[in-house]
Amino acid sequence: MRERMPGKMHQDETRCKAVILTTHFNGWHGIYFKLNSNNMPTKTKQKEKTKNIVALTGDQAASEAMRQIDPDVVAAYPITPQTEIVMNFSQFVDDGKVSTEMIHVESEHSAMSACVGSAVSGARTMTATSANGLALMWEIVYIAASTRLPIVMPVVNRALSAPINIHCDHSDSMGARDSGWIQIYCENAQEVYENVIVAVKVAEHKKILLPVMVCQDGFITSHGVEGIEIFPDDKVKKFIGEYKLEHTLIDVDNPVTYGPLDLQDFYFEHKRQQSEAMKNAITTIPEVLAEFNRTFGKSHDLIEEYRLNDAQIGIVALSSTVGTTKTVVDELRKEGLKVGLLKPRFFRPFPKERITKALAGLKAVAVLDRSESFSNEGGPLFTEIKAALYESAKRPLVTNYIYGLGGRDIFPEDIKKVYKDLEDIKKNGKVGSLVNYLGVRD
Amino acid sequence: MANIKELSKIPERLTSGHRLCSGCGASIAVRQVLMGTTSPVVTAAATGCLEVATTIYPYTAWAVPFIHNAFENVAATISGAETAYRALKKKGKITKDIKFVAFGGDGGTYDIGLQSLSGALERGHNFVYVCYDNEAYMNTGIQRSGATPTGASTTTAPAGKVSYGKPQIRKDLTAIVAAHHIPYAAQGCISHWNDLVTKSQKAFAIEGPAFLNVFSPCHRGWRYPQSDTIKIAKLAVETGFWPLIEFENGKWSFTYRPKERKPVVEFLKTQGRFKHLFKEENKPVLGRIQKDIDTHWNYLEKLTQATSA
Repeated sequence: MRERMPGKMHQDETRCKAVILTTHFNGWHGIYFKLNSNNMPTKTKQKEKTKNIVALTGDQAASEAMRQIDPDVVAAYPITPQTEIVMNFSQFVDDGKVSTEMIHVESEHSAMSACVGSAVSGARTMTATSANGLALMWEIVYIAASTRLPIVMPVVNRALSAPINIHCDHSDSMGARDSGWIQIYCENAQEVYENVIVAVKVAEHKKILLPVMVCQDGFITSHGVEGIEIFPDDKVKKFIGEYKLEHTLIDVDNPVTYGPLDLQDFYFEHKRQQSEAMKNAITTIPEVLAEFNRTFGKSHDLIEEYRLNDAQIGIVALSSTVGTTKTVVDELRKEGLKVGLLKPRFFRPFPKERITKALAGLKAVAVLDRSESFSNEGGPLFTEIKAALYESAKRPLVTNYIYGLGGRDIFPEDIKKVYKDLEDIKKNGKVGSLVNYLGVRD
Repeated sequence: MANIKELSKIPERLTSGHRLCSGCGASIAVRQVLMGTTSPVVTAAATGCLEVATTIYPYTAWAVPFIHNAFENVAATISGAETAYRALKKKGKITKDIKFVAFGGDGGTYDIGLQSLSGALERGHNFVYVCYDNEAYMNTGIQRSGATPTGASTTTAPAGKVSYGKPQIRKDLTAIVAAHHIPYAAQGCISHWNDLVTKSQKAFAIEGPAFLNVFSPCHRGWRYPQSDTIKIAKLAVETGFWPLIEFENGKWSFTYRPKERKPVVEFLKTQGRFKHLFKEENKPVLGRIQKDIDTHWNYLEKLTQATSA
């Protein structure tokens, strides 16, 4: 039996090994632990500079951020493994901890439809979903983006049916990668919390005005408990500011027609404007992140480079697998191997310049995809990175590993094998197999 | 009771110049319904003739706020707008009293939008839902819907060598809506403007969801001269093909009862979509349609008696 090392174990500030018994509860307000540097929960001992560290799951982290954001309207429908977000938030509403009007819709299609109606009326609007839920709201996911509505949606990544499976892979959000939404992928619950807050500011930025998905790994992150640093409510409120839409649907004195029929003579121009918004996003997001970093003492960026500086081989991965890979990188570094890791935080907009620059010095790169595209050319992360590298003067050899579908665990040994393969590629100067499957029985 | 002098003072919310056919029942339905309130209104429409013909970018025929989202979700969309309104009003960010009204065709209401409508009714949003019922998918070219009546020839249930058109009966949507026990639901008809505007006034006045199913003939789909829209609508009421009923606080009642119901063939014979029914081999279908109408009328009589006590 190999030791399981989920990605959530690796955090910059706090390594929380506290295991709170269950994740299927609502009353988590009662288990606020202060964690000291020895990872042991204690209610008394505190460091000189107190941080409010709370034991939360990824789902709870998302709902805690939503509590602080206090959106005007939330329209949501429960689906595993997103359910806890809706449950927690409903409790906040019913306990009067937020001023939000909640719409308990009868489907995800109606969730996104109601979000469109709400956001267009000038209300700060949020929802959350997973897998088949995202698939059901598909049609309106595109409409939300094309109507330029800054809706924020935590997505708890789960495999799409069939066969039905409730566990993590990225087939749901990766399928929506061209829907016009901004997509952020979170390594752990701390990032879930922080990215949900960031997302509001990014979505509502005047130069952007696009909806944002904040993706976390189903169960691995959503139901694993970590020590999360929670910022003061007032600081979050001040950071996100007020939502003010220029032309709202309910401004009866200045009537606007939303969602008109747009034919051959104008549709294309509107789509072109939408592309411009996404182009603005790639230059504007770093400004928002800089403000976030200044405010909360963090170091968010479009991508994260981990020991890549002098690396010869590297892995590119998203979400919780990054945590596991960091541990492996540290181990292999101790053995003297020059290995590194690249984590794109944002997948939409695609940080092409940053990614190609970060990978330029490497000899060989493996891209890990937690979803299959069925193109026979590899997963979506791989094909995009490969395409980005095409114009790069110094491009590494690249290979792809599809892994973890339907919640199949990825172990440090799996990642070590990938680095070993990369060593061979580096040595031989060529890639044996372009698309590989990791951790699957043949 | 609506007063035509008073009604004439209400500014037009759906202006002229839109591109619906002349003689289209939908625009008449919308204008009559919007006469039911003098409050500011926010309108929404499902994808359909009404939406595509009134909002061709960069033009709009709507002098009031309007949103179109998609085909099956106008009820959910208006839910979101109405909830946003409540949220912002609670916070003092908006002070006006606003009414919310959603329009959908029968395709967008009886069929693809039924779930969205049911959800919005069950949640109790304060809005009026109006189905402009022209008994088929007219925008895409006269395909059968759950509202298409028995024997009508449509492009997907055409009369043919072995078919007399749609074999099934239409869905009783008004009853389905009433089963949500909302405060108000009614069937109206554009030929009976006073009845419809009065129902609309009730619908806008009550707190909570209200529903109007408005019979709105389509000359393209039903195949009759466009000048006959109101005449045909009237015949639907006079024959009992479209009973004018309402469901108010749990009680069913007729708002208009023809002195003597005319035979349904009087209505059917005016339209090309039923022409084939008058062939010898289809005569039994005419009998069946009449029998269905009589049965339904008797059912409504019992329903009104049972709930009026």
